[in-house]
Amino acid sequence: MPDAPAVITVADVQHLAGLSRIALSAEEVEHLAGELTQIVESVRRVQQVVTPDVPATSHPLPLEGAPRPDVVGLVLTQEQVLSGAPAARDGRFVVPAILGEEQ
Amino acid sequence: MSELIRWSAAELAERLTAGDVSSVEAVRAHVDRIAEVDPDVHAFLHVAGDAALARAEQIDRQRADGAELGPLAGVPIAIKDVLCTKDMPSTAASRILEGWIPPYDATPVARLRAAGLVPLGKTNMDEFAMGSSTEHSAYGPTRNPWDLTRIPGGSGGGSAAAVAAFEAPVALGSDTGGSIRQPAAVTGSVGVKPTYGGVSRFGAIALASSLDQVGPVSRAVLDAALIHDVIGGHDPLDATSIPDAWPSMAAAAREGAASGSLAGVRVGVVRQLNGDGFQAGVRQRFAEALERMAAAGAEVVEVEAPNFEHAISAYYLILPAEASSNLAKYDSVRFGLRVEQAGSTTEQMMARSREAGFGPEVKRRIILGTYALSAGYYDAYYGSAQQVRTLVQRDFDAAFEQVDVLVSPSTPTTAFPLGQKVDDPMAMYLNDVTTIPANLAGVPGMGLPIGLAPEDGLPVGLQIMAPARQDARLYRVGAVVEALLEAEWGGPLLAQAPQLGGTRSPLQFAATPGTAPAAGTGTEPDGGTR
Repeated sequence: MPDAPAVITVADVQHLAGLSRIALSAEEVEHLAGELTQIVESVRRVQQVVTPDVPATSHPLPLEGAPRPDVVGLVLTQEQVLSGAPAARDGRFVVPAILGEEQ
Repeated sequence: MSELIRWSAAELAERLTAGDVSSVEAVRAHVDRIAEVDPDVHAFLHVAGDAALARAEQIDRQRADGAELGPLAGVPIAIKDVLCTKDMPSTAASRILEGWIPPYDATPVARLRAAGLVPLGKTNMDEFAMGSSTEHSAYGPTRNPWDLTRIPGGSGGGSAAAVAAFEAPVALGSDTGGSIRQPAAVTGSVGVKPTYGGVSRFGAIALASSLDQVGPVSRAVLDAALIHDVIGGHDPLDATSIPDAWPSMAAAAREGAASGSLAGVRVGVVRQLNGDGFQAGVRQRFAEALERMAAAGAEVVEVEAPNFEHAISAYYLILPAEASSNLAKYDSVRFGLRVEQAGSTTEQMMARSREAGFGPEVKRRIILGTYALSAGYYDAYYGSAQQVRTLVQRDFDAAFEQVDVLVSPSTPTTAFPLGQKVDDPMAMYLNDVTTIPANLAGVPGMGLPIGLAPEDGLPVGLQIMAPARQDARLYRVGAVVEALLEAEWGGPLLAQAPQLGGTRSPLQFAATPGTAPAAGTGTEPDGGTR
């Protein structure tokens, strides 16, 4: 990985905001670019302290998958599932158009 | 003020069992206390009020009928708003979940209810548990009961402040990088992060799934142990829940308090967690606590954990990465806030809803996590951070070959003023330097008070860490330290906290418009007062 300082540009933040589905304002994008550059500059030193022989740990304790009997467990009713929905009709979630005019 | 709000949960439980006091009286006293002091402290986002009283009445009736009740039946408890409760809004202090009432209880909540504990309400926190000061709550900050101009810690500042201000005898918290232990330190209370997998995460609104752990918050080591015994143990609804049986934490705490001895206990002082950057009064009280432990028979030695210095960097890559994934579920379709404009697509609606519903710290971490996981950076950032996690675990393994428990100050400083670090993310992140290693390794940690810093008169905390699955060791050692110090102080440290409520302090806190959740359909299903 590059040793040059990490710089997160306005364009980077715009791209990441798109991936994250957050409609950031122009001011937020500008502000975040500066803040994230500072944060990444500070945390990127993790690259320097590890050598390839160190395995990655994704979970704190080793655990085996625990199979259970193939029976219906705790499930929510359709009514419960829809109880928090901003909009629902006929037992379904309601959303606006999936595709825009140019899609 | 009713005297019973100052009792420990253990004492209250005994008196309830003996019939000296009813659960209705206990709940009423705490609800009254909340009404008196919470306008200043703001520990609660929701108070159960009538629902809590109704449940207490039910417990009292069962007791009168001779029903077999758990030892803590009738004791009130506050619940961090990160835990799902099917009769109270569960918002994680975010606008995006304002008023949301889950269709199920989190497992720790369900277990509390089954044991007869009475939920008093939901406590304030940093939004989605992202923060160290509770200033990132969308509903306004909680204030430290020791000094209302200072932070109560975070993310679980509400639960810590609630017990410290005698608004509840015990509470539940969650700890991803210190969110139970750091608030305990700065409010003079007790908090435990159990071994990862020791308490079910089912129904705990996820921040970083490989780090999150639910645990008890209290004013006394025994009280934390009693709650730990209720909420802990295997839960098939959480795939990471440890299936083994656990010893009684309460028995360990009682044994420690009765013996008053640390003979044969090897205590390791982590050199990397007690540096020059730590406040003088914190270091002083920590050194004194070590002297007390040595006088009680402990063998105190210094140990090295060189990779702990990199833990914070690894944490601030792993946590945002996991959070960016976990928080993708707030899509404005299945639950939560929806911001819709005529003619917009579903995707545009999602982006607008998330823009309006998430606060600045949440956005910052989602974007950072998305960056750390993006193609071309994944190995360099997320991958390297996971390797550092291995190195931190190895440091713990090596240290625990030499000693039984590790200790450090819980935090580098005492409570800092509200507003001091809220606009400086890196300064805020550094508050967690002492607590993060335990989360990365999954080992249990306890925070308990060890005195007031001479320079500012604010509480200082001791952190005790044990090997994974050895949570009982924390309670045994913690109870000894607590007993030694309280004998010196002539009572609990919180007895020295300033009076709250009644005649207002000279500092007047005008209610900030728009900080409380708006009352409306769905936000107060149970007659809550807020």
